[in-house]
Amino acid sequence: MHPAIEVVKLKRLFRKKQARRSWRTVVALEEIDLEIQEGELFGVLGPNGAGKTTLIKILATLLLPTSGQAFVDGIDVVKDPRAVRRRINMVSGGEHSGYGILTVRETLWMFSQFYGVPGKVARERINELLRVVGLEEEANTRISRLSTGMRQKMNFARGFVSDPKIVFLDEPTLGLDVGAARDARNFIKSWVKDRPGKTVLLTTHYMTEAEELCDRVAIIDRGKILACDTPENLKRRVKKDSIFHLEVAGLDSWEGLHEIAGVKQLVSTPRDGFTELKFILDHEDVLPQLLGKITERGSRVLYMRKTEPTLEDVFIELVGRSLEVDTAER
Amino acid sequence: MSASGLVMNLRAIWARAYVRVVGANRELSWLFFDTFLPLLGTSAYVFIYKAMKAPPEFTGFVILGGAMTAYWLNVLWNMASQFYWEKEQGQLQLFLISPTSPMVILLGMALGGMFMTTIRAGSILILGSLIFRVQFTVQQPLLLALLFFLALAALYGLGMLFASLFMLYGREAWHLSNLLQEPVYLLSGLYFPVRGLGFWVAAAASVIPLTLGLDGIRQLAFGGAGWGFLAPEYELALLAFLSIVFIYFARRALRFMEELAKREGRLTLRWQ
Repeated sequence: MHPAIEVVKLKRLFRKKQARRSWRTVVALEEIDLEIQEGELFGVLGPNGAGKTTLIKILATLLLPTSGQAFVDGIDVVKDPRAVRRRINMVSGGEHSGYGILTVRETLWMFSQFYGVPGKVARERINELLRVVGLEEEANTRISRLSTGMRQKMNFARGFVSDPKIVFLDEPTLGLDVGAARDARNFIKSWVKDRPGKTVLLTTHYMTEAEELCDRVAIIDRGKILACDTPENLKRRVKKDSIFHLEVAGLDSWEGLHEIAGVKQLVSTPRDGFTELKFILDHEDVLPQLLGKITERGSRVLYMRKTEPTLEDVFIELVGRSLEVDTAER
Repeated sequence: MSASGLVMNLRAIWARAYVRVVGANRELSWLFFDTFLPLLGTSAYVFIYKAMKAPPEFTGFVILGGAMTAYWLNVLWNMASQFYWEKEQGQLQLFLISPTSPMVILLGMALGGMFMTTIRAGSILILGSLIFRVQFTVQQPLLLALLFFLALAALYGLGMLFASLFMLYGREAWHLSNLLQEPVYLLSGLYFPVRGLGFWVAAAASVIPLTLGLDGIRQLAFGGAGWGFLAPEYELALLAFLSIVFIYFARRALRFMEELAKREGRLTLRWQ
């Protein structure tokens, strides 16, 4: 049996114009390999610009690879895009689907018709999806009158209205409030669990989302897959390390802290009035020396705690910087 | 095409047309913007002809031209540049990842646009004819109806061709639409018989389906004594030819542009 998604040495380059007649080549994906099995909820985790959306666009037949191959349900996305499209759907966070003049129900119906869903089936499915995303009361509201969050809920429902075999979710909870994001995550989980043979490829830069939802996670950065495993196995990579989270006031520079023997990674995030530091240490014995170095500079440690490893720590260990900082910087 | 494929395409055509058939008529402001305002512009030409003591059928020419302008504007702004807007909204990619052919989406847009514009054009025609007491002397109504439908088929075929070309481009598409709007008013003879431009200019302008369509409709609605460009039968044949050519090339161009845009990564690129 073929995998739901298979990617072989997939590469995508973009030419970016810098100045007049001057172009720069940007590597969006660098010969990546990936195999996702049917029924899996697979996450691709990485900062903005890591190549997540490029990967989804190639798999969704919206972009051609520069080289390499990609298969969806065993079908080559370059050779037979129409056959791939019969099997997939996609939701992107922050997208604007539909026409303001149509109601929520009409919009979902319109998209269902592009997949040839018979009227009765479409109506039942739309009712169910509206209930799941909590838009029953807005079913007959024009989408121009929806709030951003409601619109995103509708987009989310749109992605499932064709009952696709494989669904691509590109940052699907972007722009959703906490409650709506939780509902969306619950729906994704149950959708895969209750329907054997369905596969989800989810990209996110929210660690907790990947950790909570995904059977396996690929960590991607600058077009390369750095690690791919279950969240538990990924976290095991940093389990033997000690991870400390500090909030320090008056720290102007963290120069020299890296050089202390036993400090594997250090990530700092400037906050309002203090700096947040995250250390990955070989062992706890390094801590007194580290705190000494910090206080020597006249800085004050406001808060300190040892934390359990998260995917964020795995990312820091692999990439050497925080996903949060990286995403904010870009 | 399989039976299930055909059913899917028909559903998709209706779904995309629905937006224009039902949705666009929800806001009644169109009555003012799409009927009253164009009628004002058309009236100016009527008064010019009356001041010049032109034959009475010229009033009818202008009203017909005013009604047909609605189709040209619809083709230009709601067909040709529509994929550009869909791309800007991030919606084009949702059409393209569906198994329906983009050509089917365009066909739905065209049929919905034709229906919507026919209501507007009909309103202009009826109101204008009543206000200015236009006398129609329709001969060969069947030929007239055929000519009208073929003019629309060719015109929306041209719109589909433009749409596929505009799919790749950003602001250039918008500027091109602006550029095309006014010259076509002149070249297609929207407010005067196109024969007045001279044979060769009129022949060149015949690539715009409005030119032949309007000329033929005027001849059949008012009698073509001396001012028709070509016999309506020839115009009918040419419009049929143009319809086939435009739709064929729209299909080819759409495929080519989609591939090119996928290769260059411009299919989903917004804010160009």
